[in-house]
Amino acid sequence: MSDIAIRMEHVYKKFRKGEVFNSLRDLLPALTGRMFREGELSEADKREFWALQDLSFEVKQGESLGIIGQNGAGKSTALKILSRIMKPTKGRMVVHGRLSALIEVWAGFHQDLTGRENIFLQGTILGMAKREIQSKLDQIIAFSGLEEFIDTPVKHYSTGMCARLGFSVAAHVDPDVLIVDEVLSVGDFAFQARCVQRMHEVLRSGTAVLFVSHNMNTVAEFCQRCLLLEKGRTLMLGPVAEVISAYLNRSKEAREADASSGPVMISRVTVRNEHGACLRFHAGQKAWIDVDLAALVRCTRLSVALYIKDEQLEDVFGTSTTGLGSPEFSLEPGQRFQCTFELSLNLVGGTYYPTLLVFRCDNQTTYDRWMPAATFHITSADDVRGAAHCFPKVVRHEVLAASRESLPSNPEPETPVASER
Amino acid sequence: MKAELQELCRYHELLWMIACRDIKVRYKQSVMGFLWAVLMPILIVLSGVVVRYAYALASHAPLHTVDIAAVAVKSLPWAFLVSTIRFACLSLTNNRDLVTKIYFPKEIFPLAVMVASLFDFFVASAALVIFLLALKIGWSSSLLWIPVLLLTTILLATGIGMFVSAASLFFRDVKFVVEVLLTFGIFFTPVFYDVEMFGEKGKWILLNPASPVLEAFGACVARRQSPDLPWLAYSIVFALLTLLGGYAFFKHLEPAFAESI
Repeated sequence: MSDIAIRMEHVYKKFRKGEVFNSLRDLLPALTGRMFREGELSEADKREFWALQDLSFEVKQGESLGIIGQNGAGKSTALKILSRIMKPTKGRMVVHGRLSALIEVWAGFHQDLTGRENIFLQGTILGMAKREIQSKLDQIIAFSGLEEFIDTPVKHYSTGMCARLGFSVAAHVDPDVLIVDEVLSVGDFAFQARCVQRMHEVLRSGTAVLFVSHNMNTVAEFCQRCLLLEKGRTLMLGPVAEVISAYLNRSKEAREADASSGPVMISRVTVRNEHGACLRFHAGQKAWIDVDLAALVRCTRLSVALYIKDEQLEDVFGTSTTGLGSPEFSLEPGQRFQCTFELSLNLVGGTYYPTLLVFRCDNQTTYDRWMPAATFHITSADDVRGAAHCFPKVVRHEVLAASRESLPSNPEPETPVASER
Repeated sequence: MKAELQELCRYHELLWMIACRDIKVRYKQSVMGFLWAVLMPILIVLSGVVVRYAYALASHAPLHTVDIAAVAVKSLPWAFLVSTIRFACLSLTNNRDLVTKIYFPKEIFPLAVMVASLFDFFVASAALVIFLLALKIGWSSSLLWIPVLLLTTILLATGIGMFVSAASLFFRDVKFVVEVLLTFGIFFTPVFYDVEMFGEKGKWILLNPASPVLEAFGACVARRQSPDLPWLAYSIVFALLTLLGGYAFFKHLEPAFAESI
């Protein structure tokens, strides 16, 4: 067996939109009608459209490939073809080994059965042998964190509990190829952390992973390579950072096409390190944010503002070119302008969204605003909370011997002196 | 087709799992589950008794216990046939999530329905044995035909089940058509009556592939005779062809299931 886990070769998928006859009642009159009006057959052909066109890629064992794109780009169709639920109209697809999909992880649950019975049912549906499930049962239940409710019928579960149980089963299948479609967002914070950890384990064990998500940082975290789809076509296939920044810039272009543009347009924003486009930084590293803008009409007294927003889209930091001492600038129609912000990323771990603004300094008119213009992820080895990373160190850490006078022999009412506590 | 059957074998555990799911859900309240298995046969037997009684009154012929026994015996395979076809018809659309989300051979659904119905059949058979003993109908060597007859019924039910399950996925009103056919089918199948009552014209009734099997059930169990072999052979061949045709039809349409459901 070669080390290729998935190979898609020139896969096409055609769908028919519009009316489809799905009852005999409609079909019979239509058939008799068609005999008299033969010319209308061609109209049915017009209603066809290609959901996927010429999709080719390979994924090696232990490699993970992200698939991104807007809604309707063909991501789900690609996954359905891979998991053999749909047949491609044209092209070839090969999957080596056992394939498992983390899609709608509780699809097989039956409401009247208990959690434990559903583990067996879902596990079998996902292709595990009964004995295999039996041996992993404790692990699965522990992972779901539903020990107390495991013998309760699933109909009494909340949606979150169903999702957790479903994910726990699916996460223990140990497949050769794993397809993940936007499921890491189930459960509470602790469960999500466990899911992410499990995903890393799966990746380390040599499983090939296909990862579909709208969360660019999850894609960036798990994938080495990424595939960008648009309207069924492959736009880009390459290193994850390049593809994601191309995708974010593309959504900008799509907005330009909407033509609700002001006198100045921000045309490109790139987050990079010293080597090039980059999405993942360690706390304290330096980052550069390149901004391109172009003027459509004459504009004067301009300044560019940069805000860094956190996951809740709250500003954690903001500045502007004029605020940093650069002069105001003016642009003639068609002129372009470039600037680069250098930042020390003293931020705690998490996802951040740079937001860019072009505004006129004297009357504070905003000409263009792009939010979020990009995205990057900070990793930090320290357990620190908040937004700003102050790079704290513990410089003194000792247990002092009990001395006679410090013993509370005669407890006094606590006095609110903050410095004493 | 060989590769497809091999794949089905690989998924045999899933077949049992889904059949068990259906049985478990039905028998979760054990009294209701048991009632469910015997309710339909009991109703069929009662209707049969009414029909036979009316017939006896009209023709001034006596009503024999063996006739009642024959109705009871034939009601079980008929109930099995009806419930398999009825639930197989809905099996794919009821499991919509599984059909569209996860890959496995989808014939597992109609097959699991058949297995669950077969379980009901055995539960009801236990009740039937008691009933037959009460009517003083005991052991005979013709009972050895039962496995052959049962197998034929299973083949026929599964074959038709595959046809209707796949068809009802593409045409939503197939289930209504099937329901009507099943409701009135009992008049064209010798459950309440025996084919011999029609004399020469009985062969028209026997053209219904379910008829020779049901007649054979009645003959072997209630009347302790051997079945009408040529007609039984017709039934067996028909059942085999139905299963092959139904399976081929199902497999041919299977790739389009996820898009059409």
